[in-house]
Amino acid sequence: MAQTRRDFIGMALGGITAVGGVYALGAMKKSWDPLPSVQSAGFVTVDVSSMNEAEVRTIQWRGKPVFILRKSVDMPKNPARDITIGEKSFVVVIGLCTHLGCIPSWAPATKQFKCACHGGEFDASGINTFGPPPRPLDIPPFKVSGESLVLGEEGEEYKKMMKKA
Amino acid sequence: MAEIRKSEGFIDWLDQRLAVKAFMRVMMTEYWIPKNINFLWAMGVVLVVLFGVLLVTGLLLLMYYKPDINLAFDSVNYTIMQEVEYGWLWRHMHGVAASATFLIIYIHLFTGIYYGSYKKGREMIWITGMVLFIAFSAEAFSGYMLPWGQMSYWAAQVITNLFSGIPVIGDAVVIWIRGDYVVADATLTRFFMLHVVLLPLVIILVIAVHFYSLRFPHVNNEYSEELDFDVEAKKFLDGRKKESKVVPFWPVFLSKDFFVVGFFMTFFFFLCCYHFDFAMDPINFEPANSMKTPAHIYPEWYFLWNYEVLRGFFFDIAGIAAMDIGLIAFVIANMVFFVLPFLDRNPMNTAPAHKRPLFKYWFWILVADMIVLTVYGKLPPTGVNAWVGFFAAILFLGLFIALPFITKKEAKGDAQ
Repeated sequence: MAQTRRDFIGMALGGITAVGGVYALGAMKKSWDPLPSVQSAGFVTVDVSSMNEAEVRTIQWRGKPVFILRKSVDMPKNPARDITIGEKSFVVVIGLCTHLGCIPSWAPATKQFKCACHGGEFDASGINTFGPPPRPLDIPPFKVSGESLVLGEEGEEYKKMMKKA
Repeated sequence: MAEIRKSEGFIDWLDQRLAVKAFMRVMMTEYWIPKNINFLWAMGVVLVVLFGVLLVTGLLLLMYYKPDINLAFDSVNYTIMQEVEYGWLWRHMHGVAASATFLIIYIHLFTGIYYGSYKKGREMIWITGMVLFIAFSAEAFSGYMLPWGQMSYWAAQVITNLFSGIPVIGDAVVIWIRGDYVVADATLTRFFMLHVVLLPLVIILVIAVHFYSLRFPHVNNEYSEELDFDVEAKKFLDGRKKESKVVPFWPVFLSKDFFVVGFFMTFFFFLCCYHFDFAMDPINFEPANSMKTPAHIYPEWYFLWNYEVLRGFFFDIAGIAAMDIGLIAFVIANMVFFVLPFLDRNPMNTAPAHKRPLFKYWFWILVADMIVLTVYGKLPPTGVNAWVGFFAAILFLGLFIALPFITKKEAKGDAQ
């Protein structure tokens, strides 16, 4: 009889401690989460009307570099990835190598994005052509607004593009 | 209740309250070490000394270091290096000691493999040692981030990104670890916490367990001779020291260790004073810039071999992405040493490698392959380099797949 009472007290103590421990771990996990100020992602508007052919611009969005390339006529078009504004074709990609997140650089001579870290290469449309990158450069959510792009907002063109992919 | 009487002196006073004499006997003067060992058996004590150097210099650096992305770089490169008296010395000692720790860890690890010191009851010594290797790796990586230079930043970016390889939740885990979408202030501050508190605590704890795990199976010796420690200890205590095959940890073993430590520390301070630059990458003297990756990034020398295994797989095989193969190989490379005692299917043969017909080749091929991986890990991964890296990585994994078969074959030979 006394034994079962002790067992009960032991189990009650163990149970409450375990529940408390799980909640404490949950609280610790949340302390490691990004802060609300970090999460409230910025929306960046870029005016691309002034860009020349074959020009590459790098802008910062959510702490990541984004490459905007206006394709020249000799660069092959890729309807699945190009953003067309009037007559102009743009490629907008997150400038982090899909291998391990280094920033590739634009090589105008070969019209490629080359990653120095592990030798990955991407063509002008951001598609991986050599090395360890497992997939093409990611396309950030965007909205076309006149001759400007709003990064962070999912516009019609972006949704269509994602459906095709 | 201890019987307290008037003490005969300070030691006796302490002994009545803390049993210091019995404690010293158990831990020092009657902790028996075999005689037939060589200088390679001193690496453990060398590592303890290096850990002490890291701890003391770390405390001094901690007084001026500021874990904030706007202040970190200058607090290291201006305040500590130029303003604090002898700050440069503490920083160079800390950096060189980190590198030297890995040099000695690798010697310690290969000594253990060569002399078969991971089996016949010594498995837990090996496993706690490997836990220490991983803990020291995390400690080195988190410390490397603190000066917040370009190499600090991009190493952090690449290493945290490795977790994106975890299926389904990978990307969320990366953001969780960083506390931001990219490596940022939150990342620096939490890795600072890991480097100065949590990981050192873990390391100290595991060192204690590592030492404790030695007590029952005892230290191995050059020929893996099975000693009856009670008999040999009695001989020593009876004064038949020459005949006895063991010596006490203190004063005999440690005084020889101190000789090796003295020799090593001369080399260490030579490095600190004349070649400190090998632990100070010039690229890391450029402040961190999240918008520009250095042209060529590489880890410190001690991580090059597993870095090369990671990037050795640069093309897809059978529909599996190159990156995933590399990641799987990387995880295996870091974990496979843990199970070494169980991959060696000749568990009773602890002879040194040169006395084993097949294992000796395995051992030296492993050493050579890890040197090749280390050298090519630093070279740009293009052209023929990429292929050397690929085959060296394949060979590394192949060696561990082959080990059970090689040792099993050896065991059959032993039985005849």
